[in-house]
Amino acid sequence: MTEQSERMRFAPVSLKLGRFRDLTLVPVIVVLLAAGATVSPTFLTGENLVNVLQQQSALALVVLAETLILVTGKFDLSLESTVGLAPALAVMLVIPTSAGGFGIGLPSFLAIPLCLLIGALTGALNGFLILRFQLSAFVVTLAMLIVVRGLQLGFTGGKSLFQLPESFTYLGSANWLGIPASIWITGVLFAAGIVALGYFRVGRALYAIGGNDDAARAAGVRVNRVVWGVFIIGSTLAALAGLLTTGWLGSISANQGNGWIFMVFAAAVIGGVSLDGGKGTVFGALTGVLVIGLVENILTLKGVPGEWKQLVYGVIILVALMISRLAGGKAQD
Amino acid sequence: MTAVEALDVTKRFGATVALAGAGIRVDEGRTHALVGRNGAGKSTLVSILTGLARPDEGSVLFDGEPAPPLADRDAWRRRVACVYQRSTIIPALSVAENLFLNRQSDSGPIRWRQLRQRSREVLERYGVDVPADRLAGDLTVEQRQLVEIARALSGGARFIILDEPTAQLDGPAIQRLFTRMRALREQGVTMLFISHHLEEVYEVCDDVTVFRDARHVVTRPVAELPQGELVAAMTGEAVSLGGRSDRPAPAEDVVLQAEGLTLPGHYEDVDLRVRRGEVLGLAGSGSSGKVSLAETLAGLRRAAAGTVAIDGVRPRPGDVPAALEAGLGFLPQDRGKEGFVPLLALSENVTLPVAHRLGSYGTVSSSRQREYANKMIKELDIHASGPGQPVGELSGGNAQKAVMARALSNSPKALVVVDPTAGVDVRAKEALLGAIEDAARGGSGALVVSDDLDDLRVCDRVLVMFHGRVVRDLPRGWTDQELVALMEGMA
Repeated sequence: MTEQSERMRFAPVSLKLGRFRDLTLVPVIVVLLAAGATVSPTFLTGENLVNVLQQQSALALVVLAETLILVTGKFDLSLESTVGLAPALAVMLVIPTSAGGFGIGLPSFLAIPLCLLIGALTGALNGFLILRFQLSAFVVTLAMLIVVRGLQLGFTGGKSLFQLPESFTYLGSANWLGIPASIWITGVLFAAGIVALGYFRVGRALYAIGGNDDAARAAGVRVNRVVWGVFIIGSTLAALAGLLTTGWLGSISANQGNGWIFMVFAAAVIGGVSLDGGKGTVFGALTGVLVIGLVENILTLKGVPGEWKQLVYGVIILVALMISRLAGGKAQD
Repeated sequence: MTAVEALDVTKRFGATVALAGAGIRVDEGRTHALVGRNGAGKSTLVSILTGLARPDEGSVLFDGEPAPPLADRDAWRRRVACVYQRSTIIPALSVAENLFLNRQSDSGPIRWRQLRQRSREVLERYGVDVPADRLAGDLTVEQRQLVEIARALSGGARFIILDEPTAQLDGPAIQRLFTRMRALREQGVTMLFISHHLEEVYEVCDDVTVFRDARHVVTRPVAELPQGELVAAMTGEAVSLGGRSDRPAPAEDVVLQAEGLTLPGHYEDVDLRVRRGEVLGLAGSGSSGKVSLAETLAGLRRAAAGTVAIDGVRPRPGDVPAALEAGLGFLPQDRGKEGFVPLLALSENVTLPVAHRLGSYGTVSSSRQREYANKMIKELDIHASGPGQPVGELSGGNAQKAVMARALSNSPKALVVVDPTAGVDVRAKEALLGAIEDAARGGSGALVVSDDLDDLRVCDRVLVMFHGRVVRDLPRGWTDQELVALMEGMA
């Protein structure tokens, strides 16, 4: 213990850099922008960049959700299934049987509130299992990932839903002031996340819980209530991401959101969010999303065949991790 | 005037009775020690006095008034503050934020600049020399503890509980803590001090309360309770700690030898020889380099220059298996980190270094593991349900005994132990030191690396290190003052 403190006195340099870990991906983004510009003349056009943001907006919301949950020291793998189930179930409650619905005939303006409510309930169930039954968040949400996807497959019979209420697809397809509404929504929510986690007690409580939940409890943080709230907000954000995806694509396939969770974790982790909890920022996570979005766009413009994209993603993620590890100066957790 | 009083408190956890009608009364402005063996109910009393647990029966009074409801954390914080045994500092947050955890702002957004300013004021008021914007994880253990004390007091409480604050500190840091405690007492702060080190109780406390087996035994001013009586109150019978002289004189042959060992930044040009049957002490403060030296002997570190010989063999430097093979037994400093695998059974833990010898062709014989574990359970008086119990479930003292059993498992020719009795009670201490002496009697040479005077008293002689160099070779018969002065470089 004391020998450790002795060692610490010799190595103060790397610690200072750690404070700027938030910004470690900014140079990477600059490099990617430069690289993109050389690859294709269309890359640096406003249209293309808006396109990148539009494509990433739904994924970004799930990254935001996962960031809140990871900072609190928990895990949620089931978010990607919620992206599919919440809009699918909400829509099936309002559309007629002929279109693949339940034929209950609820008014169609309820579809969006229902979608968010289904998300919130999924999160509440996750939180309930983890907090009341003291189960591991990893295993609970892994099971929930399968359960929630299974529900969607069961209800829809594995078919896509095409006949959607107009109000339901509006947010994902509309433009406000010339920019897609989903970019506005995602941008506002990220800004809210940055402010909440940086400047509000309840947001700082997430860091306290993720860093040392006993200490948080002793300081008067209502740990269980906050964690539960984080799971509910997280799943609600995932439902919103599903809503935006649905509007963008105009239909809900049975595997909407399937496989997203890997990209979500990659974005959060290369953005500096620790899997051990208590570390990382919403802004860092956002830079992680941007890196992944830019890489994807460059690969498309370069005409890389789809079969090879997966491999390139993986390698890029590893490289980004190594860069942030070197810049951050501390061992990756 | 009574600052705090717990009356006839009973607390059960399932079938276990943690407190059975126990009570304590702490007078205002006094430093009150709470002592007792592991499991006496001290920790439970602390959680009840700080409002983290509700007593099943009995009541708690602050200044004669009933304690606030458990949910009202703010009211508790105004009455009592606690520096817990386990650090409640959050490493990834700044010092400022740790100081004002969950009260960074009254309502609305946090003003970071203002928060840092308030933190600087708090740190200054309590004389803690730490930058407010530093990450708490970058502080030393001592600094972290000072931040915890400052945080505790900044909540406005005039009563503060210090739960084993000295367990993680080295000698000089403990002295600095005591100076601070005395200054707080001058300011009228009431303190409840919990420690396993009885000499500390005599050094800083006015009154002492002893708990044994979940009950209150005695409360008396420290001056009226001699150490023998205090120990008797704790254990229910008298025990004596201290050098036994019934060991035969050490043999001539050297079992552990270091020559000219140097590791820049840690220690320089260290020579030492431990003879068969000898117990050699290696004393020094936390910055003396004694632990790095011990880790070098065990092969965990590699020295830049110099040689290590174990019973005449020179193991490859920086190679733990080679050191073990040469006949070294090692008890590491941090038992939680390097000492045992918490989920593995006692029998597996204690035979880790020798498992390959217990079976043939790479298999491990579990019956022979159990046999050895049972033998050690008996010899070291380990309180466990049996050899199959995971070590992580054992209490601190018993886990340490398990680590000692592991160090002894290969019948080492040279035994190197670091802080062997850190954070264990009087009984366990006696058993652990007895085991070291027994090893010496059985023909091992032992090196006891510690700054705990009780540990050093069993040694035949003590080498004192200061700033990486051996400054003195003390034969038996040293006085406490002499040794402490040498460790702190004041001689």
